[in-house]
Amino acid sequence: MKRSIKRFKDSYLFYSFKNDKTAMASFFLLACFIILSITAPVVAPYNPYNAKNIDIMNSELPPMWLDGGSSTFILGTDNMGRDLLSTMIYGLRISVVIGICAVALQAFIGIMMGLTAGYVGGKVDTVLMRIADIQFSFPYLMVAIFISAIFQVMFGVGSFEKLAVPLLVIIIGLSEWPVYARTIRAAVMGEKNKEYVEAARVIGLSRPVIMFRHILPNTLTSVMVISTIQVANAVMSEAALSFLGLGMPVTMPSLGSLIREGFEYIFSGSWWITIFPGIFLILFVLVVNLLGDWLRDVLNPKLYKG
Amino acid sequence: MFAFIIRRIAQAIFVMLVISLIGFAIKNKIGDPVRDMVGERVTPQERAQIRQKLGLNDPFISQYIRFVDHAVHGDLGLSFFYKKPALDVIIEKAPATMEMVIGAGLLIILISLPLGIYTSLKPRTFFSRFVMGFSTLGVSVPVFLTAIMLIYIFGVQLHWLPSYGRGKTVDVFGNGWWMSGFFTADGLKHLILPCISLASIELPLFIRLIRSEMMEVLETDYIKYAWAKGLSPMRIWLVHAFKNTLLPVITVFGVQIGIMFAFTILTETVFQWQGMGYMFLEAVERSDTSLLIAYLVVVGSVFVIVNTVVDIIYGFINPTIRIAGR
Repeated sequence: MKRSIKRFKDSYLFYSFKNDKTAMASFFLLACFIILSITAPVVAPYNPYNAKNIDIMNSELPPMWLDGGSSTFILGTDNMGRDLLSTMIYGLRISVVIGICAVALQAFIGIMMGLTAGYVGGKVDTVLMRIADIQFSFPYLMVAIFISAIFQVMFGVGSFEKLAVPLLVIIIGLSEWPVYARTIRAAVMGEKNKEYVEAARVIGLSRPVIMFRHILPNTLTSVMVISTIQVANAVMSEAALSFLGLGMPVTMPSLGSLIREGFEYIFSGSWWITIFPGIFLILFVLVVNLLGDWLRDVLNPKLYKG
Repeated sequence: MFAFIIRRIAQAIFVMLVISLIGFAIKNKIGDPVRDMVGERVTPQERAQIRQKLGLNDPFISQYIRFVDHAVHGDLGLSFFYKKPALDVIIEKAPATMEMVIGAGLLIILISLPLGIYTSLKPRTFFSRFVMGFSTLGVSVPVFLTAIMLIYIFGVQLHWLPSYGRGKTVDVFGNGWWMSGFFTADGLKHLILPCISLASIELPLFIRLIRSEMMEVLETDYIKYAWAKGLSPMRIWLVHAFKNTLLPVITVFGVQIGIMFAFTILTETVFQWQGMGYMFLEAVERSDTSLLIAYLVVVGSVFVIVNTVVDIIYGFINPTIRIAGR
């Protein structure tokens, strides 16, 4: 244990992290966001899902430093009278959960497809990669919007709202897996002719063992790099879907649905319902993107351009 | 080359068949054409009769073949809400979306070219750093937030620009095909905010792309040679260097135009822009399956056609693609 900590401290990764202020600042902010979303029930002043805490008389109160604001609601309240800060923290929690689960699903599908395609090669490779190419030629947001529109019509709005979290994970997972499949395949192609793979083959290990125990660990660097950026993408997609009304319902809002809800009131001057969740969302996506850029530069400068 | 074109077209047709199969499967599963056609008072017996007459009891495959046959002839079914052929509804809404995409495309070209070239020539100046920092931030701002902030600042607070709708439109050909906002002052005013927000998604990408391509070209030997010959800086930068960065930029632009179509769904929602994206979301809310499917097929084919054409053009320009990109 001690040795691995020492190894980490001596590593290039940690060294460049120490010397990069942007990376450190974004890591710090990201850590804050993650802690905030894990400890939401403790940190948030109120529980926005509990009808007891909601009073319609409190709706659309401005933040406490403006006229008419009260110190009970630091950032004001939304149109239903929920405390905006608490709702935002719970919303962040939902966005983060969906983002991470969706990326896990993407990675799972992508790794399976990419590993098989890259290692087995031949017809399997052609078929799998053609599927990935075809899906890749459509923008992922379009695919996500289509799938969720279909789900919504299929399940009806009522049951869609009940199942919103798992459905969104599936939707975003299905819409972005080709990114992983392509990267993994490229990495596998590079690895599979190396000597250690040949050695493993010579001592008679089975195909799955070689694929998962020997090749996969060596492709994980690229997985790590795209995963960070994919989390940012997934959170953005979720926000976009929720904003379109194809995602989280207003009763259990994510940041996107909170913005959607607030947008209806922006013309009457209640800007805070939109702007605060918006800033939250931008900050979260920004720090994840910055960290992703930094990771990409440090780990593998040639991974992908642009 | 010929084989390459044939292969790309075959692939495009295959993709279209897959899209139509998905569309048809959805329609078959969740849509009910009888409900779309008749009122509440039609008895179950009559409904059954209509079903039989429409061939809705045929096997899946033969229904699918009929669907494709109709689709090829431009018949994508009736919209339940508009009581019109779905394709007509889409064509009616298409110009609005096209205008927004064209306007945004123009903005992207006008802004990203000078900024991209400038940041590549003078990467260390304050302005360049500012532009690059801004473009990092721009990637992280969702388009609907950009749009909302623009509305709030210019529409609600300053009252400079209208914040929703298309404004006054004129009928260009006199037959209702193209209701355009390009030719009236009011229409143009309404276009400004939507176009800026739509362009904002792609701007960071293009500035970065032009910058990195340009920087790469500036390091090459022939540019050094041009300097050695004593050509004027403007000539080297704009004629010699810039021309060679255009190829990748144009290719990416072709693909990104398609991606902008996807984002019009978001901008149209914010600005209540009566285009295809807004129509699509309304169709989802109304469970107007035929219109949904028609949109899926139309947008799918636009994408397939654009991608195929871009690929083929690229194949002409860059021969390695024909061999490597099988």
